[in-house]
Amino acid sequence: MKTERTIKVDYLARVEGEGALDIVVTAEGEVTDCRLRIFEPPRFFEAFLQGKSREEVPDVTARICGICPVAYQMSSAHALEAAAGVHMGEPIRTLRRLLYCGEWIESHVLHVHMLHAPDFLGYESAISMAADHGDVVKRALRMKKAGNDLVDIIGGRSVHPVSVRVGGFSRPPRKRELKRLLPDLERTLDDALDVVKFFATLDFPDKEIYYDFVSLSHPDEYPMNEGKVVSSKGPSVTFDEYEDHYREEHVAHSNALHSRRVGGGTYHVGPLARLYHCMDRLHPTALQSARECGVPLPTTNPFVSIVVRAVETVHAVAEAIDIINGYNEPASALQEVPIQAGRGCWATEAPRGLLYHSYDVDESGSIVKAKIVPPTSQNQPQIEEDLRSYAPELMDLDQEDMTWKLEQLVRCYDPCISCATHFLKVNVIHPPVSSG
Amino acid sequence: MNRQPNIPPPPRLGIFKFTSCDGCQLTLLNCEDELLALTGAIDVAYFPEGRRLALEGEFDVSLVEGSVSTPSQVEEIRNVRDRSRLLVTIGACATSGGIQALKNFAEVPGFIDAVYAHPEYVKTLDTSTAISEHVKVDYQLRGCPISKGQLVELLTSLLAGRKPQIPDEAVCMECKRRGIVCVLVAKGEPCLGPVTHAGCGALCPDFARACYGCFGPKEAANTRSLADAIRAGGRGREEVAALFEKFNVWAQPFRDERNRQRGDSNED
Repeated sequence: MKTERTIKVDYLARVEGEGALDIVVTAEGEVTDCRLRIFEPPRFFEAFLQGKSREEVPDVTARICGICPVAYQMSSAHALEAAAGVHMGEPIRTLRRLLYCGEWIESHVLHVHMLHAPDFLGYESAISMAADHGDVVKRALRMKKAGNDLVDIIGGRSVHPVSVRVGGFSRPPRKRELKRLLPDLERTLDDALDVVKFFATLDFPDKEIYYDFVSLSHPDEYPMNEGKVVSSKGPSVTFDEYEDHYREEHVAHSNALHSRRVGGGTYHVGPLARLYHCMDRLHPTALQSARECGVPLPTTNPFVSIVVRAVETVHAVAEAIDIINGYNEPASALQEVPIQAGRGCWATEAPRGLLYHSYDVDESGSIVKAKIVPPTSQNQPQIEEDLRSYAPELMDLDQEDMTWKLEQLVRCYDPCISCATHFLKVNVIHPPVSSG
Repeated sequence: MNRQPNIPPPPRLGIFKFTSCDGCQLTLLNCEDELLALTGAIDVAYFPEGRRLALEGEFDVSLVEGSVSTPSQVEEIRNVRDRSRLLVTIGACATSGGIQALKNFAEVPGFIDAVYAHPEYVKTLDTSTAISEHVKVDYQLRGCPISKGQLVELLTSLLAGRKPQIPDEAVCMECKRRGIVCVLVAKGEPCLGPVTHAGCGALCPDFARACYGCFGPKEAANTRSLADAIRAGGRGREEVAALFEKFNVWAQPFRDERNRQRGDSNED
């Protein structure tokens, strides 16, 4: 006999930031309440960016998120360059991809191993998982280190890099330092290929969801910094048109704004969306690994995101190796960006998905208005939709297992709540048992 | 693993987050070479970002990231203090209020209106403040983000029962030891190295740019003299004030200098 279930998680673990989850499902399987509550305190970045000089923006927006500062710097720098009507050429374009590869590696490896894998393998954390799977954890640490080292060499440090400027880099990375990293990256590539095979053998819940996948798409490359915003259920739009199609709204239970398609539809950003639209543009090594791993890809099963992140890790490592092998250290990687009034809109692919920024700049180069739409703000309404559809399927589980499964679904999105408020807490509440 | 009864249990570590970006606690996970040794010697008993464990019991050491910026956090930090033998603040937000302390100078309702459509949904204090303004703090690590080296030194010294060796000197000392050409004197860039606490290894000068003060003021920082020198180089008050209006703006010497440049103080 099924009974009404209330799931309440007050502080969702293994996600970045502070959030909670409240779900009530009636005995008949109707979800009467489903809220991903974000209580991460607001930090008002868009407000204190007003009046700052354009040059300060990449340093400031990096501080929105310690996990993906490069993403914030990339979206800021590109949007501000667009506001000045300029577009960066080589070597800046390729160096920015190389920097992003570093962040994708460290962020994906951190999420899949430290935050997500314990769910599949039945541990509360990577720390307890290390006791039985020491080699898996050691391999992960080694891979993460290679990603961090890459960001360190280009940006000075992996959390809040210092070299990223509007117009390029304050100084280009040194060729000898990048070359010295090659043996570690070659080993990381082997490790990353093994990780895809390992995660492909996990037992995935059977859950397919007909998503509106939204990502960047570029004709010649796997999307990072450039392209159009494409959708599996709607039109492709330019950065300038983005705000005409996607809108943020403020709901009472969240300090993160929710972004929806104009007209109300939820959508999904992140690795699943990127792979859905752009799988053929993966690095050949990553494409082969995706095709041979034994799990059908692309996928609409959110739980398989752990495999997709592993495939994208292969991509990022393989592309980084190629870029470093072809790298000639330039005297400078900083282009002049004229100071002028204008508006610039841009989006790049953070590890968690599309990150949109727009800025209005005055004639002295000061910020008049800033708008930042992080991936988790865009995924939050979709996460709630997914929980609404998944919770009724779990009514035969006991409270502990039902709660854990719902938490797992949230973690599939690698939510970054620090970003979205510019965390996550799951409440499974057991109401009085009715005999329904 | 069975422990001998005469071997004490490993010290319990708690990691707490207040208003912040997660970057300083991530620095712990970024200690890839030391992490397994550390988790072997320490019981990481509370760490929501990394573990699915409830908050229980007392802690030998608590690492606190983030500033106090909401009414509930004022209560929470007292709870953390009561549970902790040693409380260590990690990073600019916890030690000085962080970049979100910029709201301390502004009208908060205006800030909320600028970001949120329904200000009535948002519960926030008018200020973002350092942990030490609310409870006793035993040690602090500076930086936005903190330095891995300083974090490992702090944890190993506390394990060994000795005082952490974290030098209080200026970024300039690190810069000179590395033999980097001075960006302030040689290039005329507005560099905060002379007044900023060491710890980053003179990262920015190595990347051909001026220090922007991530580690906050060193002891007895002469911000006034530096600001005057930068102004004498032809930069305006607005630009000099902006140098201090970053991640450690609420740290006293930086706040005072910012106010002096903005004309919000009686002295000049």
